[in-house]
Amino acid sequence: MIDRISKITAEAKAAIDSAATTDALEQERINWLGRKAELPNLLRGVRELPAEERGAAGKAANEARVELENLIDQRLTELSAAELSAAIASDTADVTLPGKPSSFRGGLHLLTKTMREIEDVFLGLGYRIAEGPEIEQVSYNFDALNHDPHHPARSATDTFYVDASTLLRTHTSPVQVRAMLAEPPPLYVIAPGRVYRRDDDATHTPQFHQIEGLAVDEGISLADLKGTLLAFAKAIFGEEREIRLRPHFFPFTEPSVEVDVSCFACDSGKTEAGDRCGLCKGTAWIEILGAGMVDPNVFASVAAERPEYDPAKVQGFAFGLGIERIAMLKHSVPDLRLLYDNDIRFLEQFA
Amino acid sequence: MKVPLSLLLKFCDPGLPVEEIASILALTGTEVERVTKLGVEDPSTFVVGHVVSCEKHPDADRLNVCSVDIGGSEPTQIVCGAPNVAAGQLVPVALTGSVMPNGLKIKKAKLRGVESNGMICAEDELGLSRSHEGILILPESSGPAGRPLADVLPLGETVLELEITPNRPDCLGVYGVARELHAATGAPLAPAPWTVDHGTSGDLEGFALDVADPAVCPRFTARIYEIEGAGETPMEIQGHLTAAGMRPISPVVDITNYTMLVIGEPLHAFDLDKLDGQKLTVRSAAGGEKLTTLDGQDRTLEAGDPVIDDASGPTSIAGVMGGARSEVGEGTTRVLLEAAVWHGPTINSTSNRLNLRSEASGRFEKGLAPALTDRGQAFASQLFSEFFGATPNQGTAVAGQDYPDVTIKLAASKVESLVGGAWSVDRIVKPLEALGFGVTVTGGDLDVTVPSDRLDVRRDVDLIEEIVRIDGLDGIEPTLPSGNKGGLLSRGQRIRREVADELGAAGLFEIAGWSFANPNLGDRLRLAENDARRVVVELENPMSSEEAHMRTTLIGSLLESAGTNVARGASSVRLFEIGPVYLPSEEGLADEPIRVATLLVGPSVPPDWGNPAPPSVDIHSGTALLERVLGSQRVTWKVLPARDPEPFLHPVRSGVIEIDGHIAGWMGELHPEVAAEFGLPNTVVAEFDLKAVESASPEVVHYAPVSPHPVVSQDLAVLLPLTVASADAVAAAQHAGGAELESVAVFDVYEGDGVDPGFRSLGLRFVFRAHDRTLTEDEATAARAAILAVLESELGAKQRG
Ligand SMILES: [Zn+2]
Repeated sequence: MIDRISKITAEAKAAIDSAATTDALEQERINWLGRKAELPNLLRGVRELPAEERGAAGKAANEARVELENLIDQRLTELSAAELSAAIASDTADVTLPGKPSSFRGGLHLLTKTMREIEDVFLGLGYRIAEGPEIEQVSYNFDALNHDPHHPARSATDTFYVDASTLLRTHTSPVQVRAMLAEPPPLYVIAPGRVYRRDDDATHTPQFHQIEGLAVDEGISLADLKGTLLAFAKAIFGEEREIRLRPHFFPFTEPSVEVDVSCFACDSGKTEAGDRCGLCKGTAWIEILGAGMVDPNVFASVAAERPEYDPAKVQGFAFGLGIERIAMLKHSVPDLRLLYDNDIRFLEQFA
Repeated sequence: MKVPLSLLLKFCDPGLPVEEIASILALTGTEVERVTKLGVEDPSTFVVGHVVSCEKHPDADRLNVCSVDIGGSEPTQIVCGAPNVAAGQLVPVALTGSVMPNGLKIKKAKLRGVESNGMICAEDELGLSRSHEGILILPESSGPAGRPLADVLPLGETVLELEITPNRPDCLGVYGVARELHAATGAPLAPAPWTVDHGTSGDLEGFALDVADPAVCPRFTARIYEIEGAGETPMEIQGHLTAAGMRPISPVVDITNYTMLVIGEPLHAFDLDKLDGQKLTVRSAAGGEKLTTLDGQDRTLEAGDPVIDDASGPTSIAGVMGGARSEVGEGTTRVLLEAAVWHGPTINSTSNRLNLRSEASGRFEKGLAPALTDRGQAFASQLFSEFFGATPNQGTAVAGQDYPDVTIKLAASKVESLVGGAWSVDRIVKPLEALGFGVTVTGGDLDVTVPSDRLDVRRDVDLIEEIVRIDGLDGIEPTLPSGNKGGLLSRGQRIRREVADELGAAGLFEIAGWSFANPNLGDRLRLAENDARRVVVELENPMSSEEAHMRTTLIGSLLESAGTNVARGASSVRLFEIGPVYLPSEEGLADEPIRVATLLVGPSVPPDWGNPAPPSVDIHSGTALLERVLGSQRVTWKVLPARDPEPFLHPVRSGVIEIDGHIAGWMGELHPEVAAEFGLPNTVVAEFDLKAVESASPEVVHYAPVSPHPVVSQDLAVLLPLTVASADAVAAAQHAGGAELESVAVFDVYEGDGVDPGFRSLGLRFVFRAHDRTLTEDEATAARAAILAVLESELGAKQRG
């Protein structure tokens, strides 16, 4: 019997070694160790041998079984690894094919993005966001802002009217007055929103967007205005920007200034090729907003209801800028109309 | 305003290139819109010529062959077509090689066979004026022949076009601009041109003024000149007038225009002999009065227009244009010279209404200082003397206010406080004095006397503006204020941003819609006559009749934009807008609630090479979008069938959006007819109120325990009557499922073959999980049975066999 065991073992080893796949190996396992195989049945037959033979034959049969099992496990490990490698190698994909998107692309309009960008600059500088109605009282839009009763902007050729005392606000400035009436100083607010003027040509739409800024506190100075707008210009147009103030006139500020930012498309008005820069028209400066120190008359009109705004006690600055202009300048949008055309080929460029 | 550079430099010459002058003016508050060059660019080939002889061209009647001495040894031959050329004249000659202002190059030429070496020039050819009444004949004093023409004529001129802000009418005269340049550069300023006055004060004999309303005419002065001969406007002054855009007309008219150009005060000259009576009356017109103005037009006046009357009625529209009846002309020998200032807004409205804008009205409407009347009379007296050798008759008629000096107190500390930085008294005084302010210093306080033409300076802050703009805004060191309370978005502002971001992430592009709405939108959306959205805020003066309403829904712009994109070939159009609508309010201003609106057109998921033609969006895409947006705000919401479906939506594929138990908007597929109206395929739209989201969304989200135990998942297929909403079945299941029911999902919906008529099959998947133990399959089965029992008893459902 022991001879028979040795023979079976040798044959089985050869068969296991030559099994080329895990499936073939499994077949060999069944062939040599399965329920109907010879070796397990030999083992069962040991019981019937004479007592003196049982010990040696049982030991030999058992050792043979363990040896074959180990051999099969070892071989299985080898074959599995090889088969996995082969399977991985054959599971090819064209990695250059376009992706399968799980959702569409979308996003914010350039005007909203620009507005948020500016809002975030001023949120960082400690400002809050004030809001006011777009359909506004004439008194808030003009009178409280020191506009002469005959100011040409009041005319029905320039301003949309709902009735004699109600209009579509022509600027975000009335929110200045509303914010002051709502809250005592110190007051640091910006007011973004839609405004309306009766203009419709290549550079004007009857509806556009502004952001108003207002800081009122004791001792607020023109230097503070300059520093604030410098911080704004650097944040929006780049750290290397400078600003320049030019005297101007607005009814609700005194002194009033227009603010230029150093051109970000050229060096001293000349492009790299040495041509005159089209963006700043060769001046090296681009006008971006109007600003000034709040006119005492504006404080006086507020102080009539809220005495904390006594012009003898508080000072402040205000500024107003056009979102469309900032967005167009920064992103090289050539035509205002594109902002209101809502063509998705435009929208997706900035979303 | 157009300022001839040579005139400006006569009053203040900083010795700088014009570009630098422009830049200095711009940085001190006088914007220079453009700098243009007029006339001859290179004057070196233009000389004074002496016509030695002049004979008819042998072959051309209209041409003369002239022999012209141009200073060389031999006279040169020039053929000239002007009828007024004659031997003995001194004339301007453009030699061969000259480039004329219009770009013409003068070459040696043969005219009808006769050689010509240059051109004898007319005024317009030299760019001096528009006059082409023959060649320009120079006065004797222009000689001798060969003298550079630039010595005697203003051949080339540079013009600065300035934008004067409405608060600075003092800069509407060249001398005012010169004063700015002086203050900005320190270059010397010539004495004021009104310093010399040949006239006298006191009553004007034989003439009187009557101003009925001093508010309309703050000051009116008049003088009388008796003139002999035609007079002559010097060529240099004609050049300045031309460069400033005013045509030289006659010496008297030129005097009024030149005074306006230099002093900023428009004058008006009446032919005294054509005036009726010896008195002018300023009054407001009654409606319907008629008058022929200088330009020959018949004008009908409206009540309130300012007029000047003589004994025969209106003879001038005050401040706007004189009347033809009293116009000065060639025969005029007695001139009544008016210098007045007017109420700006009155002039503005009259000239607007008559559509009659002149250099004079453009200045008067800014509200000129009364002092300009006297300055204008003084300067004009010098010009009458120069042009005519005339002096004014004794006296000046005056009506209206005097203009006492105004003095303002200014504390030096206020400059430091308002501007920032360190300000010595000297630093404050210097720019003020340069601008002509009188300053008296007492300690740290200044008493500042304002020049009489600076009506814009009445308060200390006005003075500070003057100081800081001349001292230079560049010198201000930027600082940041330190007292603010910290920036923060309000809850509503934050939610608006989050909703927009979520819509963007869900694959929708935000549009910028119009606040205006076309009045036909209600009809296009098939709104009922009594629909609340037809009650709009209406504009009195819209840009066009298509933009006459303020929107009451955001959907108009979305539909228009989507239609445009589809027409341009887009197959997937997914848009949203967040913004106000404008709802008329019984009292006070309109309500402006913020709405959110969405629109979906095209495939429900992005097509790709594995799924090239996904199904179109439908109402369920809209629901999924709402889940994304409203779910992200953690509000309780659902879509329910509408009792009255929106007339522009598909009647049975749409519903209302309920947030926190209140209807907050609508959602659904666009009615096919409305979709066709806007050129759209199947379209899913929604609109809801943002405030409802804000009110319903929790301020703070609190942690809900997460169970460590495994789930048991079970499915149930029920037949549900078609009249029962799936949401009701889900809600009933949630209610009946017990504490361990974690979620209910609809995984299958089917109706048709194999399903009883009047029913549909709904596949529900329940996920059960306990927080304190591992749930058994038997417990889940029992819970599912309990759910089924409720669905059967409450909703008439049957288990599907
Ligand atoms: Zn540039």
